[in-house]
Amino acid sequence: MATIPSLTIRGQFGDYGGRYVPETVIPALEELEEAYAGLADDTAFQDELDVLLDRYVGRPTPIYHAARLSAEIGGAQMYLKREDLAHTGAHKINNALGQALLAKRIGRTRIIAETGAGQHGVATAAACAMLGLECIVYMGEVDVHRQTLNVFRMKLLGATVIPVMSGSRTLKDAINETIRDWVTNVETTHYIIGSVVGPHPYPTIVRDLQSIIGREAREQCLAQFGRLPDVVVACVGGGSNAIGIFHPFVDDTEVRLVGVEAAGHGIESGEHAATLVAGTPGTLHGAKSYLLQDGDGQIYEPHSISAGLDYPGVGPEHSYLKDLGRAEYVGVTDEQALEGFQHLCRTEGIIPALEPAHAMYHAAQLASALPQDQIVLINLSGRGDKDMTIVAEGLGVEL
Amino acid sequence: MSGPIQGHRLAATFAQTKAENRAALITFATVGYPTPADTADVVRALLAGGSDVVELGIPFSDPLADGATIQHASQIALEQGTTLKMAFDVVRDLRAEGVETPLVFMGYYNPFLHYGLERVVTEAGEIGLDGFIVPDLPPEEGQEFGTLARSHDLDLIPLLAPTSTESRIQANVQAGSGFVYCVSLTGVTGAREQLSATLPDFLGRVREHTDLPLAVGFGVSRPEHVATIAQLAEGVVSASALINVLDDTPAARRYAALTDLVREMREATAHGQ
Ligand SMILES: Cc1ncc(COP(=O)(O)O)c(C=O)c1O
Repeated sequence: MATIPSLTIRGQFGDYGGRYVPETVIPALEELEEAYAGLADDTAFQDELDVLLDRYVGRPTPIYHAARLSAEIGGAQMYLKREDLAHTGAHKINNALGQALLAKRIGRTRIIAETGAGQHGVATAAACAMLGLECIVYMGEVDVHRQTLNVFRMKLLGATVIPVMSGSRTLKDAINETIRDWVTNVETTHYIIGSVVGPHPYPTIVRDLQSIIGREAREQCLAQFGRLPDVVVACVGGGSNAIGIFHPFVDDTEVRLVGVEAAGHGIESGEHAATLVAGTPGTLHGAKSYLLQDGDGQIYEPHSISAGLDYPGVGPEHSYLKDLGRAEYVGVTDEQALEGFQHLCRTEGIIPALEPAHAMYHAAQLASALPQDQIVLINLSGRGDKDMTIVAEGLGVEL
Repeated sequence: MSGPIQGHRLAATFAQTKAENRAALITFATVGYPTPADTADVVRALLAGGSDVVELGIPFSDPLADGATIQHASQIALEQGTTLKMAFDVVRDLRAEGVETPLVFMGYYNPFLHYGLERVVTEAGEIGLDGFIVPDLPPEEGQEFGTLARSHDLDLIPLLAPTSTESRIQANVQAGSGFVYCVSLTGVTGAREQLSATLPDFLGRVREHTDLPLAVGFGVSRPEHVATIAQLAEGVVSASALINVLDDTPAARRYAALTDLVREMREATAHGQ
């Protein structure tokens, strides 16, 4: 199982990507790029990562036929790539573990990370605990209150959680603060960014580490059905689980790729996080990509019921795939996501995270219009334990 | 009007401070802070203290190279509706008053990109701005903006950090003009107690690659800091410490206090002490 393909492009996805960051950290990005390129023929590193993915993370994750759900919908067959079964409960561990190993390889012992929902923070804290690395997680103060359980988890795993009080005190400000820490401590510190965003080489590294999702799923489809799926659906926050499952299918042009963004209270309300659906290109957090920005180029605060999708930017590779027309992007509202969430709970006995609940809702819409012999593959990027209080609130239930 | 022609004001200023055997004092104001209506008065107070160059900070929602002081000033400015257009208006007003001191914009790339790079440099040229400092635009990404700026006789001022390697120093100084902004420390903006001990070594490495004037900024808070840097560089930048004065002084004495600190800094700029 080849985990790390070599770097093939210089951080450009068409006009997107690049390295829009202060000079202070550019030498560290150059060093990271070089170290990462060197891993391509480092079999010891690949072996170490593969063993950990197998025995620590629990890979490969299965694809599961949601037979009752498919029957109820009465259209195409829906298959779930079960990233919710990965250690720490989401796909985030694939990236966190790979980067923590890489950090160790380049001699950095202090790890910093940002987190929104807390899933990337928990995954990073776990990987650091297991590898004996110091771990500091920046989290917007609003999210610290929204996701108390994950804050407690990170602390149990030995991480220091620093609430971020600046700006809107959510994910984008947590990223700003993590970059400020990195600018200050760059000589000792590795920044494990949590999605396919940030300056080159991060979008490429995170994509490569998450592509294991799509490589496994593609092989599993070929082995089980003797063919590829017709449609692949994934939710898009920063875009890592989506790129992870899309990327190995990009050259299979007969496979439709659909990214689902958070439409919050509805695109027309202005309160959403649907960057690709409703945004425009610009630069944020070190890369050029689609953004949610006002008429003066100021980034505005997104809204989603799901903290993991509540981000005003998106990975540059998604912007590229959108402009190429290779992937399509749609929005699903808070309310629709709650519907998709409950539907999966009732029909399959699986409680998804609110992020992939967006993908579930849209996949059901698509499947209902397709013949029964078609296959819709959905990336079930995480499990829903973390979201219980938010879902209860959304459904008007008092716990 | 007999002032130096626009686009060459920075070079003329550094030539003059050199002739006076001192460093140029470069000061900073966040546009729209404390309020949009105050901006021109803040700049006038900086000029009254003897600033040789003034940087106008363009507020951005996500100022990732800035410490708490400038973050806060930017946020307050944005909450009051500050825009890039207001920054242009301030420059236009000051030039109309006859201010000939070099004025540069310091701001993150996205607001410029969104306004339209062509439109930014055209308006900047028309109103008599002198250049840009864009902390998140390294030379690899700044080619288009640099070319446009040069075509309007505007300087795109390069930034270097103590972590910059030889090859990065070279790439940055070749792409930029006006002066070289040398970030004094590995970190974000903000007032500091002490200057970095590695500064002389860093400036020495930069000098091997350029004849442009070097200006040192980040953390410069007191006249003593200015005096120390004046022995090492052709320019000294102070920003957060000046905003702190606005924050810490009752409104009635704000501008006088700002002018006083700038004057003390200016008096500390002599070379060869
Ligand atoms: C389960 C889950 N899915 C998706 C996301 C969104 O991130 P990305 O778009 O990078 O996959 C998150 C982020 O926290 C998450 O926890």
